[in-house]
Amino acid sequence: MFKIVEKRQLTENIFEMKIAAERVARAALPGQFVIVRADEGGERIPLTIADYDVEAGTVTIVTQTIGHSTKKICTLNEGDSLVDFAGPLGRPSEFVHMPLEELRSRKYLFIAGGVGTAPVYPQVKWLKQQGVECDVIIGSKSANTLIYVDKMEAVGNVHIATDDGTVGYKGMVTGLMTELVEKEGRTYDECVCIGPMIMMKFVCLATKNWNLQTTVSLNALMVDGTGMCGACRVSVGGKTLFTCVDGPEFDGHQVDFDEAIRRQGMYRNQERHASDNHEHKCNCYGK
Amino acid sequence: MANKIPRVAVREQDPKLRATNFEEVCYGYNWDEASLEATRCLNCKNPRCVAACPVNINIPEFIHHLTEGDIRAAADTIHIDSSLPSICGRVCPQESQCEGSCVLGIKGEPVAIGKLERFVGDWSLEHSAEVEAPVIEQNGHRVAVVGSGPAGLACASDLAKLGYKVDVFEALHRLGGVLSYGIPEFRLPKDRVVAREINEVKKLGVKFETDVIIGRTMTIDSLLDNEGYDAVFVGSGAGLPRFMGIDGENLNGVLSANEFLTRVNLMGAWDPQHNDTPVYVGKKVVVVGGGNVAMDAVRTAKRLGAEAVIVYRRGEAELPARKEEVHHAKEEGIEFRMLTNPTHIFGTEDGWVKGINCVEMELGEPDASGRRSPQEKAGSDFTIDCDVVIMALGTSPNPLIASTTSGLNINRRGCIEANEMGSTSREGVFAGGDAVTGAATVILAMGAGRKAAKAIDEYIKAKKS
Repeated sequence: MFKIVEKRQLTENIFEMKIAAERVARAALPGQFVIVRADEGGERIPLTIADYDVEAGTVTIVTQTIGHSTKKICTLNEGDSLVDFAGPLGRPSEFVHMPLEELRSRKYLFIAGGVGTAPVYPQVKWLKQQGVECDVIIGSKSANTLIYVDKMEAVGNVHIATDDGTVGYKGMVTGLMTELVEKEGRTYDECVCIGPMIMMKFVCLATKNWNLQTTVSLNALMVDGTGMCGACRVSVGGKTLFTCVDGPEFDGHQVDFDEAIRRQGMYRNQERHASDNHEHKCNCYGK
Repeated sequence: MANKIPRVAVREQDPKLRATNFEEVCYGYNWDEASLEATRCLNCKNPRCVAACPVNINIPEFIHHLTEGDIRAAADTIHIDSSLPSICGRVCPQESQCEGSCVLGIKGEPVAIGKLERFVGDWSLEHSAEVEAPVIEQNGHRVAVVGSGPAGLACASDLAKLGYKVDVFEALHRLGGVLSYGIPEFRLPKDRVVAREINEVKKLGVKFETDVIIGRTMTIDSLLDNEGYDAVFVGSGAGLPRFMGIDGENLNGVLSANEFLTRVNLMGAWDPQHNDTPVYVGKKVVVVGGGNVAMDAVRTAKRLGAEAVIVYRRGEAELPARKEEVHHAKEEGIEFRMLTNPTHIFGTEDGWVKGINCVEMELGEPDASGRRSPQEKAGSDFTIDCDVVIMALGTSPNPLIASTTSGLNINRRGCIEANEMGSTSREGVFAGGDAVTGAATVILAMGAGRKAAKAIDEYIKAKKS
């Protein structure tokens, strides 16, 4: 059992939880994820790590209520426990292994969309700790759906885009990104993009034009999360890879996003308890 | 003198009925049947069955106890060599091991050793509360076991009996490895058999921890260097599924047998009243492969309400699955398409499986494995319409442990290199079971776990002196 030591509601349907999981906290690195089960009978849900505190022995997860299982997780309260919390899983972000000198010479642009803002945070924070200052674009529908802005501002140079223009740039992250690169002439060595699949797809289409190396973190369906089932298969550069053990981060220009998006819907009709707002309806790209 | 009666038949659930439920297919012997079957054993002086058993259970002795009506003594005899008789009595390939060597089998039918073992195993689970946990003197040494499948369980029990403090680390949320995620409920009941038999291992003082992925949560290096373990046994199995590499394999509706069985067994998708994990079978399922896992998958699909077909590239005689499983599958109405090999899977416009394209095969000369190699018959293309394709093509070991342990060698098939006793290239690290051999059987893994326990004991004693 893994105790929820702190719970915060970030938006109407996004919750942050600090989980007591000492070993996971000690081993975690940016880019990795955990598998969570709310109760006996619950699904194994992969969630990207949003923060970790080795001294306190806690790992932070941020969950959006999308279907039955994520709702189950979010209805638990401080003091309750998750029956399972396994990790850290997946490969850490590549920059973690880079020699410090090389790392400090690189310029990073992070693009975070919706609940994907949470897993961007430990990466920007880690880079800041190594002395690398990054630009971060956070995109969301509106002011009241934005998360992690204060936390992110403490570690990076934040630019905000909202669909309705209630904060920052009015429009999508691709628009703001184009402003930074084409109008302001900013240059980057790498773009890291985490958010809804459809957003990552369009960001990759844009960065390809600029020859800007782009890393994406895929949230594929998984069962075990340890390489056993292959539910998370993804085509990268024409090769079939497993998101759980070969990823979750991949070269975005090589990922077959259309296939990945289709595969995410594999069990949509099976989700018995699916609620009406089952689908994540972000208004971007309206496709 | 042994009784010259025919082998006592075992009662089974009616095939029509059982194809619609997940209850156990085989009911096993009752006391009358078991004691009658026991009288068939010749009690050979030089018992070939014992030599053919990977853990060398004293088979004539336990059967002899049954003829005397002493089930407790029979159980004690088995427990000297095996901690998991209820499991092995159900899933061991007895026809190629103990029963395959039984003298009675030369002219007639061998003694039903497996069914007798199961009877004794189930009896001791029923009566386990009457037995007090043994008092074992602790020797002060600690051993970590990676994986709670058959190899890990066997190694852990033997070490615990020798006085070691053993901690077993399991990556998944449920103990048992392939016994829990792979083999279906209708062949191996999870709560009634697997969980209870693991409880017996707990009684020996073995501690289990779930949700610990060795290689990620902790590494073998850290277990040895920082956590104070004297040795580590790796019984992490062969969990990485293979695919064919044909077109259409990433369509929605194509999955590995591992995924399908994990959803149904480990996650309990067969019982949607109590479990959230979904499973999809559609109207028709094609399972590619001919091993025990393929049989498990196809029979599971049938039970979930689909029409279910096996497609296998060699002939029926070459099916690697146990005869009993093939027989049960046929009884349940599974269609077998032998000498058939898939060439590609095709889908609907929105990317869901619509059917599978196959070619007919014929058998040529024997290949390196001694099996006749299948060759395509030219122009024999045909299609089978289906909604789901399940690939049951075998598995290889997960590279995670080898890639995160310094000095641990693997071979070109990704298996950990270990000698007969389980010693690896890394001092203090032992390995056995599917992690070393690639996918094999429960009992071979148990045998490897037991040998490694012996080697670990010798290693730690030698280091001490």
